[in-house]
Parts: sequence; structure tokens; C-alpha cells
Amino acid sequence: MNALIELWATLPVVIQIVIKIVAIMLPLMILVAYYTYAERKIIGFMQVRMGPNRVGFFGFRLWGLGQPIADAVKLMFKEIVIPSGANKLLFLIAPMLSIGPALAAWAVYPFDAGIVLADINAGLLYILAMTSLGVYGVIIAGWASNSKYAFLGSIRSAAQIVSYEIAMGFALVGVLVAAGSLNLGDIVAAQQGSALHWFWLPLLPLFLVYFISGVAETNRAPFDVAEGESEIVAGFHVEYSGMTFAVFFLAEYANMILISALSALMFLGGWLSPFPEHWVDGVFLLDDGFHWLLIKTFFFMFLFLWFRATFPRYRYDQIMRLGWKVFIPITIVWIVVVAVMKVTAMPWWFN
Amino acid sequence: MKTITNYIRSLFLFELLKGLGLTGSYFFARKFTLRYPEQKAPVSPRFRGLHALRRYPNGEERCIACKLCEAVCPALAITIEAEPRDDGSRRTTRYDIDLFKCIYCGFCEESCPVDSIVETRIYEYHFEKRGDQVMTKQMLLDIGDKYEEQLAADRAAQAGVR
Repeated sequence: MNALIELWATLPVVIQIVIKIVAIMLPLMILVAYYTYAERKIIGFMQVRMGPNRVGFFGFRLWGLGQPIADAVKLMFKEIVIPSGANKLLFLIAPMLSIGPALAAWAVYPFDAGIVLADINAGLLYILAMTSLGVYGVIIAGWASNSKYAFLGSIRSAAQIVSYEIAMGFALVGVLVAAGSLNLGDIVAAQQGSALHWFWLPLLPLFLVYFISGVAETNRAPFDVAEGESEIVAGFHVEYSGMTFAVFFLAEYANMILISALSALMFLGGWLSPFPEHWVDGVFLLDDGFHWLLIKTFFFMFLFLWFRATFPRYRYDQIMRLGWKVFIPITIVWIVVVAVMKVTAMPWWFN
Repeated sequence: MKTITNYIRSLFLFELLKGLGLTGSYFFARKFTLRYPEQKAPVSPRFRGLHALRRYPNGEERCIACKLCEAVCPALAITIEAEPRDDGSRRTTRYDIDLFKCIYCGFCEESCPVDSIVETRIYEYHFEKRGDQVMTKQMLLDIGDKYEEQLAADRAAQAGVR
């Protein structure tokens, strides 16, 4: 063990960082792959179906657990068709612009107390910037495809993401007012106590607005007008095939996981245990730890799928109405309320 | 007053939560899916699948080349040619069913005066090259020979209603 630590210390900083990045990316990619499997399985169950259950490993069926691997291999071997009228450079850059920010945002994400790749002070700001950058991938993909449907999809998605960005930003302003810090680790530390100390209670409207905006940001049902199969085929990625399509797919699911993880971190206390501290201090598994963060993240990830199985797609004007005329007023009002709670040092949460 | 209650209900996402509750309850509901190749749905004695030509217990083919099936076939899938046999009885020399044309209506079976042409319970079959879809007399007789027990039992089961 000591030898390993010494070896680690002798490595150049660049190599250390690369190893840390791999340690975050690899589990994340596996999670993304199995998230697609979970989606098909859960939505199948809600529609009284079985979901994929044939592909397994080494001749064992295992409830279809081999499905995501089979899908990935299939997509890798498929041809990447580039439309003749497309702008080739932008067409190929768009998927990378889409997945880059989705993965980059994890740099400042703390997985447990002190376990974070880059412990920067402006973490929240960085996250907000990265999640907003994702829209460029969609817009460029739609424009470079030189297709009506792709273009319509990217216009819709641009308008939608920009609208919901505002509500989302305001919800985060509430969080940073309550926590008094932009550092994600400090935000969790500010929620110390029990489940009733977490920010979801004093910031309940902001919590709901944040998560629903997050669903809209990731272009997921019921806000998936950017894809809108029934109207514009597949939206911005109609012209994409093979690995380029797979990268868009990965980006979408990585973004969903990111939004889930951020909701868990900022409103449900991250890795904090839901039980009062003096009950569970030092008790195995009940004490604070990464597993709590995982459980909370999985809960939000499940909500994404539950929403998709339940709600029909919003009409476009309804999306705009919800974003501008409902969410933004609610967040603005509640930021004032939070500020008053903070200034008066309201007992229980802010004393 | 009504608009206010409506406003509050929509603000608190009342109906959306109700919808989530519904799908959530189905998440735990029993699944009816049949795992097909391993499990199969029950088949009725009246099932209209692949065709067969039957024989009498003494081995003589039933078909007397009356061509009623050929006449009644709405898809013109049946082609029959007939000649008197050496012993003077009238038999088919050709009895083809084009399974691409066939619509599995069962009229041929219904029209047959001697219960010769029948539709079996077989529904899993495929063709590997063009032309394979035409079932010849010999193929139909072979199917009939292979499944005679089942075919006789199925006819007996619906003897009173046919």
C-alpha cells in the first residue's frame, strides 16, 4: 500500500490527472451504457412488457444484461454517412461539441468529502457554463446536416435550452445564496445535519424548477420537441449514423446523469446521510458516504425514465409558457424569500 | 373561485402526479409477455396454418380432384390438374398451393367433400429460395402423413359444429 502511494507521488502531475480522469470517465461510460438498458427495461415494465431480455454473456441470458454492449458494438461497426450537402467539418465536430461539455462538467464534481478532480471556488459557475455549452453541439449538428428536419430540430432546441437556462440559473442562484458559496463541496457542507436540513425543504420550489428545467435542458420527454419523432423525424440528429449518432446518444445520457447527480448534490445533500448526525456517526453504511450520493443520483435518474414513460410531449408554446411565465417568476420570488431567510438567519436551516 | 382552484391544481402538478402514480403502479404489475421460442400460445383445433392433404386409413389419398377448392379459393392459390388413374379412379396429377397467394381463409378446407385438403396447426415455416413457396402434391401429402393423428383429432373435436 505504502509502495503504491510512493509510486503515485513519483508520477508527473499530468499523468496523475489523466489517471483521475479515467477513473471518473470509465465508470461514467459504463453507467451511461447501462442507463440505456435501464431505460428500456423500466419503460418496458411500465408498459407491462419485459424489455430486452435475450442478449447475455457466455451463453447465459442474464435478463438481457449484454444488450448495451451489443448495441455499442453494432453502432461502432456501422457506416458513418455524411450527407452530400453537409458541411463536413462541422458535421463531424458537432457530436464532439455535444459530449465534451457533458463530460467536462464532472471535473468539479465532488464524489465524497474532498474527493474531487478540480476543487475550484467557482464550481457552480463552471457547471452552469458547461451545461449551457451543450446547446452548441445541437445547433451545429442541425445546421451542418443541411436538412430541413435537422434545422427545425436545432432551432427548437436552441430556443428551449436558452429559455430554461434562465430558470435553471436562477434556481442555482437560490442555492448559492443559501450555501453562501460557489464551491460544490461547500454547498454540501452547508446542508450538514439530517434529511430535514438539506436544501430541498427551504428551496422546494427552486428544487422542482431546477429538476424540471434539467429535464428540458437535456431534451428529454416530455420536453423532447428537439427530437419530436412524430413531427420532425429525429430532429437535429436525423442525418447522423453509426458512431456519430452514438456520441450524441452518449452525450444525452451523460447529461441526464449529470443533472441527476447535481440535483442530488445541491438539494439532497450529496453524500450526507439522511439520518441525524449523532445517531449514525461512525455506523457502517448509515454514516455519510459515496453510496448515499449514488442512491440519490439513481433516484433522479429513475425519475427521468418515469417521466418519459408517463408524459406526452408538451406543445411548443406550452413549453415556452412554462419556462418564461411560470418558472422564472417562481424562481425570482423564491430567491427573495431565500435571501430574507438567510439575512434573518432563520432557525433550523440558516442559523 | 373555479379558476383559482384550477390554477392551484396546475401549479402543484396534481394531474401529472396522478399520471406518475398510474405508470408507477404498472411498473410492478405482472407482465403477460410470452417468451416466444420457449413458451408458445395455445393453438385452437380450428387454427388455419400450413396446408396438408390427408389419406384414408387404408393409405388411399382422399382427394378425388373435384376442384371445388380450386374454384372457391379467393386468392387463386390452388392449381389442380387431374386424369383418370390406371384403375379408372379419378385422381389429381398436380395439386399446387402457392403460399404467397394463400390468405389462409380456410375455404378450401370447408368446401372439400372428402376432408382431404386441410389446414394444420403448423405456423412456423419458411422458404429459402424463390419457388419454394409452391407446395406440391407430394409435399402436402407428406405433411398429411406426418400429422395425421393430430389432424384426425382436430377434425373429431369440431365434428358437431362443422
